[in-house]
Amino acid sequence: MTAALALGDLRVRFAVGDGLVSAVDGVSLRVEPGEIVGLVGESGCGKSTLAAAVMGLLPPSSVTGSVRVGGDEVVGLDDRRLRAMRGDRVSLVVQDPSTSLDPIWSVGDQVAETIRAHRRVGRRQARALATQLMTDVGIPSAASRYDDPPHRLSGGMRQRIVIAAALANEPSLLIADEPTTALDVTIQAQILGLIRRLRDDRGTAVLLITHDLGVVAQVCDRVAVMYAGQLVEVASAQELFDHPRHPYTRALLGALPSATARGERLAVIPGQVPDLAHQPRGCRFAARCPLRTDVCEQAPVLEPVGASMAACWHVDQPLPSLGGAR
Amino acid sequence: MSTVGRTATGARRRPRTTTTVGAALLAVLVLAAIAAPLLAPHDPEAVQSARVLGSPSASYPFGSDVLGRDVLSRVLYALRVSLTVAVSAVGVATLVAVPLGLLAGYAGGWVDSLISRPLDMLLVLPALLLAISLIAILGPGSVVAGLAIAVIYLPILARVMRSSTLVVTRNEYVVVARARGAGHLRVMARHVLPNAIGPVAVQASVLTGFALQLEAALSFLGLGTQPPTPSLGGMLADGRDVLTQAPWVEVFPGLAIAVAVIAFTLLGDGLRRSLDPTGVAS
Repeated sequence: MTAALALGDLRVRFAVGDGLVSAVDGVSLRVEPGEIVGLVGESGCGKSTLAAAVMGLLPPSSVTGSVRVGGDEVVGLDDRRLRAMRGDRVSLVVQDPSTSLDPIWSVGDQVAETIRAHRRVGRRQARALATQLMTDVGIPSAASRYDDPPHRLSGGMRQRIVIAAALANEPSLLIADEPTTALDVTIQAQILGLIRRLRDDRGTAVLLITHDLGVVAQVCDRVAVMYAGQLVEVASAQELFDHPRHPYTRALLGALPSATARGERLAVIPGQVPDLAHQPRGCRFAARCPLRTDVCEQAPVLEPVGASMAACWHVDQPLPSLGGAR
Repeated sequence: MSTVGRTATGARRRPRTTTTVGAALLAVLVLAAIAAPLLAPHDPEAVQSARVLGSPSASYPFGSDVLGRDVLSRVLYALRVSLTVAVSAVGVATLVAVPLGLLAGYAGGWVDSLISRPLDMLLVLPALLLAISLIAILGPGSVVAGLAIAVIYLPILARVMRSSTLVVTRNEYVVVARARGAGHLRVMARHVLPNAIGPVAVQASVLTGFALQLEAALSFLGLGTQPPTPSLGGMLADGRDVLTQAPWVEVFPGLAIAVAVIAFTLLGDGLRRSLDPTGVAS
């Protein structure tokens, strides 16, 4: 089966000052139709840059490698073809619904705009389609909400509008970049439920970018863990939580506060993400890794470890201290 | 003229007294200018030797000038010319500046440099020098004066549009619009322009007041509106020599200029407030 999204050795580099910042460094990943894949990592690890690369929103000179959407190469497409793809075959939902909707236009118009950008439909038909979409994503009395400006809607409702616009042309792939980060927990659960329902009903593949492992546990089938521009572990969600392989993943899970243990200090990962302009030559996590040895001077590659894939020389050694007891 | 703004909560905000005063003053001036032929008690260009420097009276409320012409009638007709020149000069400047600033701010890079550097060069030249040079080339007259004013204000308005575009373009909804498949032109026209135009409207309103002043200055120097057509600046020049004997020849056109500038400034201030959704500026 053709993957909904297939990344092959994707690299994104930006010239900053006189240095070259490598924001995404050799990422290969597949998202199958109807699959929800989580892309996890801390701030600044390249998750959102990866999303922009898939949408073809970055300057062509900074992207190398391959991005295939439903089998078709995106890297190197001209602007006209990219435009035809965006919002039609691939859609993007971004973090903050208070800034991702234009304050001037009504919410319904912004959904209709996406439809009319790709299909030859009249104004009234677009309005009817947009209203239906708004109903589909759970906006009560959508017809009367159509003409409201974004600021009349709550954050959760606005994010539903953003999702409705993203789904307008039934894309085969939805990229959700921190779709629930700006929302409170109840609304977050509703939006995640909506995303899962869309997958179930329409078979939409979803790349869900988040830094929240709780979100991953709720909806994702598979998870890719990203660190400093590289994938360090790819596994099914079940496997990742049961048997995390990479020391970074293990440390991340160890850093989750426990609901049962009271009064404990929160576990932290010592150190900081390396400066993207000055990456160490070997394993990028080495400087913060308790399992570091001389072999870490050489860069590990993503290799099968049990049912997972991990990029580490010491996958099965126990992690000292750092809440490794989980 | 509506100066009522909408706040972020959608509630209508009452315009401030100053805004109302500005709008009212401007309305009076504009109406007076439009209705000049009906309101003017005398022919503004009719010379009457018997009324040379006549002091204000019932039939000549503003008195008469060195050639015995009615100052009130001349002020009314001069206001027509001055307002027309000021408004159309700033209008033309805005029409050119908005697309230039929008493109420069949205595209950035070499497109920005190509547009902004020549405009910066215009900005460096002193306004009056620029105007006088243009008039020296094209010859004096109100149309050329208006053109000179447009050239002077073009870079200012373009810069305001550019910087406001830079701010708006950073908003996520611009990227999102691109991600939905909208082309650059559509994003600029539909999402950037309407969100970025506010500060330009404010600036244009304030500049119209200054444009009126500049037109008066040019006419005062004999470079703008040519006699016998009455102009506020020209009247100031006429009255200068007789200031001590007949101050009314000087005072009334001067007052007209002052009131017009104040009206445009207050209006611009009100516009700024009503466009600022946070209300912080008040």
